[in-house]
Amino acid sequence: MNPANYLYVSALLFTIGAIGVVVRRNAIVVFMCVELMLNACNLAFVTFARINGNLDGQVVAFFTMVVAACEVVVGLAIIVTIYRSRRSASVDDASLLKR
Amino acid sequence: MTDFIVPKLSYVQLSPILIVLGGALIGVLIEAFLSRKVRPIAQLTITLGSLILALIQLWHIRHESSLTAAMGSVAIDGATILMQGSILLIAILAVALIADNEHFTVLAAAVPGSPEERDSLQSGEKLTEVFPLTLFAVAGMLLFPASNDLITLFVALEMLSLPLYLMAGLSRRRRLMSQEAALKYFLLGAFSSAFFLFGAAYLYGYSGSVSLAGIRAAVVGGSGNDVFLLMGIAFLSIGLLFKVGAVPFHAWTPDVYQGAPTPITAFMAAATKVAAFGAMLRIFYTSLANANWDWRPMMSIIAIITMLFGSVVAIAQRDVKRMLAYSSIAHAGFLLTGVIALNKSGLDASIFYLFAYGVATVGAFGVVTLVRDSSGEVTDLNKWAGLAKRSPFAATLFAGFLLAFAGIPLTSGFIGKFSIFSAAYESGNKSLVIVGVLSSAIAAYFYIRVIVLMFFKDAADDGTSVIIPSILTRSTLIITSVITILLGVYPAPLLNFINSLASFVR
Repeated sequence: MNPANYLYVSALLFTIGAIGVVVRRNAIVVFMCVELMLNACNLAFVTFARINGNLDGQVVAFFTMVVAACEVVVGLAIIVTIYRSRRSASVDDASLLKR
Repeated sequence: MTDFIVPKLSYVQLSPILIVLGGALIGVLIEAFLSRKVRPIAQLTITLGSLILALIQLWHIRHESSLTAAMGSVAIDGATILMQGSILLIAILAVALIADNEHFTVLAAAVPGSPEERDSLQSGEKLTEVFPLTLFAVAGMLLFPASNDLITLFVALEMLSLPLYLMAGLSRRRRLMSQEAALKYFLLGAFSSAFFLFGAAYLYGYSGSVSLAGIRAAVVGGSGNDVFLLMGIAFLSIGLLFKVGAVPFHAWTPDVYQGAPTPITAFMAAATKVAAFGAMLRIFYTSLANANWDWRPMMSIIAIITMLFGSVVAIAQRDVKRMLAYSSIAHAGFLLTGVIALNKSGLDASIFYLFAYGVATVGAFGVVTLVRDSSGEVTDLNKWAGLAKRSPFAATLFAGFLLAFAGIPLTSGFIGKFSIFSAAYESGNKSLVIVGVLSSAIAAYFYIRVIVLMFFKDAADDGTSVIIPSILTRSTLIITSVITILLGVYPAPLLNFINSLASFVR
């Protein structure tokens, strides 16, 4: 199978994630969309590793997974704190900082 | 089956980063094992000690012959040394502001207004987690401009960002706003790092190598698929432009600057900018230099919009921290002209500008921490009227920093702007220079308006006062203002030093 097809899938996943970040309101869902974008990047890296015939891209994918896990820790901490203060995880409700 | 090759790390070159990381780990252990009473002083000693030690070590290795470390993943060349030195110095000055624990909540996990929060505040204890977080962020910032491959770049980017997201949410007063700042910074930061990574994937796809030198070779050779290269440049730039706060990726800047505790804002505004521009200069000056026809036009447009937008919108701000945030957006635009210049003088000027701007920023936010009323810091500009009558010291210092931001002669800002615009002119970007000078003039209007407000308006009797700064805060304010004036009056030694050292290993 032509590896370029995986690039199309990766671009599609990335776009779905990016649109999700922009249109969804719940902070958890927004965050999940970001994770989807990171995984789309992973797929692109692995595909390019296959196309280029070296392992560098696969190594990057491992690093990305670890970094994404760290991001989950920090992100959930922030979102849970906000939820406990406001009883809401909607990003639209958090709007004190405007002008 | 090839033999396993033991990687050569060159610890000497990496030592400044390792010292800071070691300090951060000791800080985590202090949190775990020492009693609450001794923690503040122990943390402060470790933090300042490791930063100063790293700075001394950096001075010792400035002429090391081997320019790459960790098997080529990290480049310790002249430009890296200068950026790391700036970051360390700015971090030391900012830590002196952070050490004033008045700004931070004691129990970040407690719900605002809850009994737990009240108890924790009454206990008189202090929040000390912020020190190791600062050190982790500094280590990431030291690594980011030194990164010589895409993996290190991404890891360093996250290493500097993740602690900053948390630190933005630690404010003692106006906690909901602080938490909101943390949420916005986090979501938008994570969003932009996904863009950065996607761009990195396509650059790897284009060149078949994750090292910047490999990408450079592929760009020079020009044999790869150009679609991959263009996508890679575009997405990678979005990630970097977000970090420096350039329009149209600036939306987080005013909110985060306003919501975060002021010492954290000072640290983040100054040091992140140095680190992010350091990485940007390296990528565009080395890897992508030969593709400049692809990225220069778009970058020039972004620089022009950023300069004008930052300067014009800052006029309408009624809050000191928001005004400084928009001013930082305008400065990101000025710095972008240095990136676009793509010549040696552009590199020198950018480094000088970053240092001068970073120091003045720490000082300016340092003054903001002093103006208080019963509910905490006062950032409403109307209440700053007549500040000079309340405290000539604070008002004079703030006026000095604002004049430096405006680029008035005899301040560091003037030398910075002059050298960066002349570098841009030298490289033939006359339109950029014209817009830059024009938006400097617009920006000067609102800086001077604030000075007029402070010195020539009468103070309303609204309980606003200027507190007596602690010894550390005071020394930060004095050192930053001395550097700001000194670099304006007698910049030659630093300019020569930068000129002799600044270069990128290719």
